[in-house]
Amino acid sequence: MPRITVGVDGVTYEEEVEPRLLLVHLLRDRLGKTGTPIGCDTGNCGACTVMLDGRSAKSCCVLAVQADGSEVVTIEGLARGQEWHPMQTAFHTEHGLQCGYCTPGMIMAAIDLVRDDPDPSEEAVREGLEGNLCRCTGYATIVRAVRRGAREMARGETGARTPPETGPPPETEAQSGAGARNGAEARNGAEARTP
Amino acid sequence: MSEQLDAGLIAQRIAEDDGLGRPSAGHEVGRARRRKEDARLVTGRTTWTDNVQLPGMLYVAFLRSPMAHARIIRVDVSAARTLPGVVAAYGGADFAGEQGSLPCAWPVTEDIVIPDHPPMAVTEVRYVGEAVACVVATDRFKAADALEAIEVDYEPLRAVVDMTEALAEDAPKVHEPGNRAFTWKFAQGDVDAAFRDAPVVIDRTYVQQRLIPTAMEPRAVVASTDGQTFTLYSSTQIPHVLRVMLAMTTGIPEHRLRVIAPDVGGGFGSKLQVTAEEVLALLLTRRLGRPVKWTESRSEGNLTVHHGRDQLQRISIAAERDGRIRGVKVDLLADMGAYLMLVTPGVPLLGAFMYGGIYKMDAYDFTCTGVFTTKMPTDAYRGAGRPEATFAIERAVDELACELGLDPVEVRRRNWITHEEFPYTTVCGLTYDSGNYEAATARALELFGYDRLRAEQAERRERRDPVQLGVGVSTYTEMCGLAPSRVLGSLRYGAGGWEHATVRMLPTGKVEVVTGTSPHGQGHETAWSQITADALGVPFEDVSVLHGDTAVSHKGMDTYGSRSLVVGGVAVLSACEKVKDRARELAAHVLEASADDIEFSDGSFKVRGTDEGRTIQELALAAFAAHDLPDGFEPRLDAESTFDPDNFSFPHGTHLCAVEVDTETGRCSIRSYVAVDDVGSVVNPLIVEGQVHGGIAQGVAQALFEEAVHDAEGNLLTTTMADYLIPSASDLPAFVTDRTETPATSNPLGVKGVGEAGTIASTPAVVNAIVDALRPYGVRDVRMPCTPERVWRAIAEAPARPAATGPEESESAISEGGAR
Repeated sequence: MPRITVGVDGVTYEEEVEPRLLLVHLLRDRLGKTGTPIGCDTGNCGACTVMLDGRSAKSCCVLAVQADGSEVVTIEGLARGQEWHPMQTAFHTEHGLQCGYCTPGMIMAAIDLVRDDPDPSEEAVREGLEGNLCRCTGYATIVRAVRRGAREMARGETGARTPPETGPPPETEAQSGAGARNGAEARNGAEARTP
Repeated sequence: MSEQLDAGLIAQRIAEDDGLGRPSAGHEVGRARRRKEDARLVTGRTTWTDNVQLPGMLYVAFLRSPMAHARIIRVDVSAARTLPGVVAAYGGADFAGEQGSLPCAWPVTEDIVIPDHPPMAVTEVRYVGEAVACVVATDRFKAADALEAIEVDYEPLRAVVDMTEALAEDAPKVHEPGNRAFTWKFAQGDVDAAFRDAPVVIDRTYVQQRLIPTAMEPRAVVASTDGQTFTLYSSTQIPHVLRVMLAMTTGIPEHRLRVIAPDVGGGFGSKLQVTAEEVLALLLTRRLGRPVKWTESRSEGNLTVHHGRDQLQRISIAAERDGRIRGVKVDLLADMGAYLMLVTPGVPLLGAFMYGGIYKMDAYDFTCTGVFTTKMPTDAYRGAGRPEATFAIERAVDELACELGLDPVEVRRRNWITHEEFPYTTVCGLTYDSGNYEAATARALELFGYDRLRAEQAERRERRDPVQLGVGVSTYTEMCGLAPSRVLGSLRYGAGGWEHATVRMLPTGKVEVVTGTSPHGQGHETAWSQITADALGVPFEDVSVLHGDTAVSHKGMDTYGSRSLVVGGVAVLSACEKVKDRARELAAHVLEASADDIEFSDGSFKVRGTDEGRTIQELALAAFAAHDLPDGFEPRLDAESTFDPDNFSFPHGTHLCAVEVDTETGRCSIRSYVAVDDVGSVVNPLIVEGQVHGGIAQGVAQALFEEAVHDAEGNLLTTTMADYLIPSASDLPAFVTDRTETPATSNPLGVKGVGEAGTIASTPAVVNAIVDALRPYGVRDVRMPCTPERVWRAIAEAPARPAATGPEESESAISEGGAR
C-alpha cells in the first residue's frame, strides 16, 4: 500500500493507505478528524470542503494519495486556541447555520471565496458558493455571514472567540491590527493579500 | 387598510431589535439571542452519529433490491462470508423469526390494509432499494466490497408506478389484498346544495410530485449491547417514539433500550421514522455481541429514506358571481408507496382539514384514497399534508379570481375570516384561535409594491415582451403544534401529542432544563434557555438544555409538526412555574412570612413591602442543604410538567412572489419574494427568521426544481444530488420577510408554530406567479416542478396566443370544468 505524508491542522501524519481511499475518509476514519462531514457521494454538496495547500477542495473528490506532501486545514484547525476565525464568528453572528451539517464546508469555501474576492457582492457570494448546499437556511443568512466575515477578514481581525452564551455583539467586536490578519492567513495556508 | 394594519402589531425588524446590550435577566423572550448550539457546529466539535466510535465496532452494509417488484428465489451469502474482514453475512430469511414488522402508528380507518413490512425482505421485494441481505465487516469498505459476492435470484414481477394504474382492475398487486390501502372521508355541511346551481364552479386537478426530503446529514445508526442493555445512536428526530416502537418491534424490553439522538443534521420529517436499518442494527449487535455501525451514502438515502408528497388532487370550488365561496370538494389519491410506514397514511389527513384555508364557506367534502405502488414509501416531509392542501386551495382560488376577472387579492378578501371574527370555527370544525389576515396582507402588499408590479405586468403584456411578469399570491394558514391528544385519538393516531419538561435547580443556582423535544437544527437549547431565564429570573448563560437521550430525557414526544415551542416550550414554562411555587414556599419558611406575602421579581422572592428576600439561587442551595425546610417539604426545587395542548396552533401569513418568465425559453426567475408571517409571539426573532427562510426555500424548490422521477419499471432516476436538484445559493433569491404578531390565545406564551409555515406558503405563491405571467397565452397550469421545459411546453401547447390585455381575454381557455 502506498505510504503518504500529510499535514492536517498542523500535525504531520504518515499513513499507509489503499490507493482508492478518499481524503475525507482518511480524515474521518483514520485520523479522527470528524469535524469534516460527508453529505453526498457525487461531489455536489460540498459539506466535506477543506483547505488543501491553501485552496478549498472537496475532500470526497481527492484521493488520500493525491494529498501526499500536502497541508490540509479542516474546520477543526481554523480557530487559534480559543479565538475563532472571523468567518466562524460571522456565521454565528448572522445565524448562518441551523443544523450545522453543511457549515464546516460552507465556512471553508467562504474563506477561499474571500481570498479571491475580498469584498464580494451578494451575487458573487451566491455564485461563489453554488457548490455548497444547505437545506436549512435558504442561504440568505449565509450570504450575510460571508459578507460580514469578508469585512472582518479585511480588517485583519482574528475574530475573537466570544463565548456563545453571551453572543458577540456585532458592533462591539474587537478590532485588531494587520498583524493578526497575517496570522490568520498563515493558518489558512493562504497567501497574504492586500485587501 | 391602514387601520387594519394597526390591528396587528407590526414586528420590528430584526436588524433594529437584536436585543443585544439589554440587561441579561428578565428580558430574554423576544431577543435575537445568538445560538448556544453554534459553538460546536462552527468548530467541527459535533457528535454526528457517524462520528461515534466504539471499541470493537463493526460496519454494516446492505445489499438492496435492483428491482421494483420481484419474488426472491434464493439468497446466497456464503461466498461473502469467506472474504477478508467479513464477520457475518445474512439474508432476510436469517432474520425471519425475530425481525417483526416495521410499525405503522396511524391506521386511519377501521378497514385499512396494513401489510407486513419486514425490515429485510424475505420472500418478495416491492421497491428498488429494499434491503435483501447484509454484510458485517471490520471496516466500511470491506463490508461494501463483500456485497458483490452475494448472489440473489429474483423472479421479476410487474411493477406499478402510477396511482391511477394501480387502482385499475388488472393492475399488478403490490400486496395480496389489493392496491387500495384505505379510503377516508370527511364531510361538513350540504356540499351538494353548495354545488347545485352554483353560478361558478372551478374544477381542477393538481399533481403533487414526489419529493426526496434530503436532510444534509445522511442517516446513520450505531447499536451496541453489553448483553443485557442496548444503546442505539441514530440520526433521528424521534428518540422517544423510536424507543417505544423499537421495543415493540424487536421485543427488547423498553427499560433495557436507550436511544440517543446526538447532533442531528436536519430532518424535515425524513427522520420521523422507525427504519429497517435501526431494527436490523439492534438485531445484529444482539446476535454478534459487538457494536455495529451503518452509515448511508447519499444515493442509498435517495432510494431508501422515505419520500414526501406524491398526491393527485382534484379540487372543486362552488362560488357566487361576486366571488364568495359556497363550498369546496376535494378528492385525493395519495401514493403510499410499497408499505405503510410510521405515519404514512396520516399525512394526507393532516391536510384534510386545511383545504378550506383561511376562507369562510358552508360546505366541505373530502375523500382520500391511499394507494400502494412499487415505490419507496412516502411519509412526513416538511408540512406533511398541509402544503398539499394549501397549494390546492390557493391555486384554485387564483383560478376563481381569473374566472371572475377579479384581482386574486380581492377574491381572498371577500372570503377570508376577518380579524374581528376570531376565534372562528371553520367548516372543517377547527377553531382558529387568533389571526389577522388583513394586517399581514396589507403589510405584504406594501413591502412588495403590488400595484407597481401589476402596472409593469400590464405594460409588458401590452408590448408583448417575451419576458412576461407574473404575480403570485398565497394567503395561508396551517394547523400545527401537534397536537391535542384527544384529537389525535379521534383520528386513530397511536399516541398522544403532549410534551414533557423537567427543570432542575442545581445547588450552585445553575439550571438544567430537560426537554422531550429533539432538536436537529431548530435551536431549542437557545430558545428554551430564554424562556427559562425569564421565568426563573436567572441569567440566560446559567441555563443548560438537555435533550435527545432517553436516559437523560426520559419522557417526550420529540420534534415534528411545528410542535416543539407551542407544546414543548410551554411545558418548559409550566415546569418553571412549578419550580417557582416550591421556591416561594421555601422562601416563606426561611423569611418567616406567609407564602401569600412573598413577591417574585427578577429572580428574588421578597416579603411584600420589604427588602428582605432570597434569590432563587440561595433557595436552591437551601433546598440542597435541607437543614431548614418546611415540614413535609422534599429537599428539591425541581419540578416537571407534561403539557397537552387544548388546540392546534394556527400561524398564518401572506406570501407574494414576482416571477419573470422568459416565454421563449421557459426559464422562470424569481424577481422578488415577500413573506409576512404571523407566528404569534416570538421567543427569538433570529431563529424565527431562519425557519421562515429555510421553509420558503424548500417550498420554492418544490415549485421550481425538485422531483423524484421513476421510470416505468419503478427505477428511481434521481438517486444522486446530481440528478435531484437541491437549490444552491445561486438558485434562490433574497427573501423580504416581516411579521405581524397576533398572539395565540391557546397557550400562555402566545406562540404559534413556525417550522413548516414557509414551506406551506411558498409553493403556491411561486406557481401562481408563473401561471399569472402566462394567462394571456391561455396557460392555466404548469405542473411542478416548473422547469423551463415544462413552462415552454405549457406555452407551446396552450390554445391562446399572447393577448394584449388582461386575464379575462383568456376566459375561453379556462372553460374545462369552468363557468356554467
